[in-house]
Amino acid sequence: MPAPLVPNVIFDPAETLPRPDLEALQLARLRRTVDHVRRAPFFQRELAARGLTGDSLRSLDDVRRLPFTVKENLRAHYPLDLLAVPREDLARIHGSSGTTGTPTFVAYTAKDLDTWSGLCARFLRAGGLSPAHTVQISFGYGLFTGGFGLHYGAEMVGAAILPAAAGNTDRQIQLLKDIGADALVCTPSYALTIAETMKKQGVSPGDLNLSLGFFGAEPWTEDMRVEIEKELGILAFNNYGLSEVIGPGVSGECPYRDGMHVQEDNFIIECLDPETLEPVPDGELGELVITTINKEAMPFLRYRTRDIARLNHEPCPCGRTGVRMSRVTGRSDDMLIIRGVNIFPSQIEEALLRIEGVAPHYQIIVDRPGYLDELTVRVEIRPDSFSDEMRVMQQLRDRIARRVQTVTGVRCAIELAPPETLARFEGKAKRVVDRRLSKGGL
Amino acid sequence: MKVKQLSLFVENRPGQLMIPCQILADAGISIQTLSLADTDQFGILRLIVKEWEAAKKVLEEAGCVVTVTDMVAVEVPDHPGGLAKVLKEMEHSGVNVEYMYAFTCKRGDRAILLFRFDNPDLALSKMAGHPLSAITCDCLNGCFD
Repeated sequence: MPAPLVPNVIFDPAETLPRPDLEALQLARLRRTVDHVRRAPFFQRELAARGLTGDSLRSLDDVRRLPFTVKENLRAHYPLDLLAVPREDLARIHGSSGTTGTPTFVAYTAKDLDTWSGLCARFLRAGGLSPAHTVQISFGYGLFTGGFGLHYGAEMVGAAILPAAAGNTDRQIQLLKDIGADALVCTPSYALTIAETMKKQGVSPGDLNLSLGFFGAEPWTEDMRVEIEKELGILAFNNYGLSEVIGPGVSGECPYRDGMHVQEDNFIIECLDPETLEPVPDGELGELVITTINKEAMPFLRYRTRDIARLNHEPCPCGRTGVRMSRVTGRSDDMLIIRGVNIFPSQIEEALLRIEGVAPHYQIIVDRPGYLDELTVRVEIRPDSFSDEMRVMQQLRDRIARRVQTVTGVRCAIELAPPETLARFEGKAKRVVDRRLSKGGL
Repeated sequence: MKVKQLSLFVENRPGQLMIPCQILADAGISIQTLSLADTDQFGILRLIVKEWEAAKKVLEEAGCVVTVTDMVAVEVPDHPGGLAKVLKEMEHSGVNVEYMYAFTCKRGDRAILLFRFDNPDLALSKMAGHPLSAITCDCLNGCFD
């Protein structure tokens, strides 16, 4: 058995409920939620159309009879028409930035806020945050759920909070030095920015008191974790959430750090094929679909997160019984269907990152010259991997092709491109060229 | 005789071969000889130039991927059996030819063979003292190691 990275402290006994008890609790809460959510006219219509009430759900599998909720439903009911409680019962309103469209708002009752703080406290405690610690929160405080979610979670743990908020990296480093926080909370990319700035200033991890970091709010990779841990001299823990569902606190890593435990007493999580909407087996990539079963202000039935991840129902040595989810590896909006196989650009990226001699710059081209889809991946070679020998170059190309095929299950053509010839992206990358679309047939 | 060869990665698309050639032309660097190995998608352009260090610098500054390889240059009479004679010399040495190309120099009666051996130093030691090892033609002046 692997050793825990930090002492394994359970914050809430609900985290270790035996599965039968947990599932009984889920069903009871699901039924109550279905009856409660009808107070929002949209859900009333959707449920009435299917003749569904709480009583009609006989088992947890019946969650699949419920209608999906999607981001567009939120937009169509802008700003707060999906409330299941009277407006006067609200205690807080948060919003999403609207980077992928119009902004959306979510709301909480006082009880919801308490629930949410508890969920954040669980994963903070699981990652080693203790009441004796000081935590510097360098998330944005505002409409974004990250800052306030982690703030009140850390407060519930009993830690001292330095609400530094995001930005002004020089000042962040000054605070880390002067106040000496034990733990840092921010996005993983901001953690790397802080690390990079420290390096420029000649500040070493030894000058700080940091030992822990809790990072989330955006997808990141294991390579980023290694980098962050090395540069900041900390243990870095991943957590997951989204404002539509509650914010951070949907899931988080335990001291064994092999997946994030979903707080299943609060959420029913499904992992579905984004195309067929059928469940995928453990270990396979699918879209996470989440039903909130312990919220008052704005419960959501089967919210399609568009986040792609894997589930793992194996028991965990930490004793937490919540199913574990992998990192989010992509978005179902980016999914490609090649000859009937679902492929995510992130899978191809993952494959490429593991091949020496290849730069993390690539382009995916999908075409249908005849009746069959063709997948071509253009990959930049690194200057040091170029050889004057054709045999060596062809071996590199074959190695990439095999790797991509192993990961995606689809045969593909690999085109090697000279370094620094493929487009670079700031922010959301557009790496897929689907020529089938322009031919009008899909 | 060891000669420095520059290898460049080029994509197999119209106009791609011209780019490095134009860069060298603009820098006033003359190509002594070249060879192009290609697949349907990419090619490897191999160049023997005088002032190879300067050539490498301008090509890399222009964004080309360049590697430098030691080639073995051998001068043979330009008539039947010239190449066979060299290969025979190498036959029992255990040295493998990765690839090779040849050119004739302006005087016309001599050919220069350029070998990419898996072990150029061993190949050279096998040739030491043999008439093959001397290059009498001056067309490779400046290309040597």
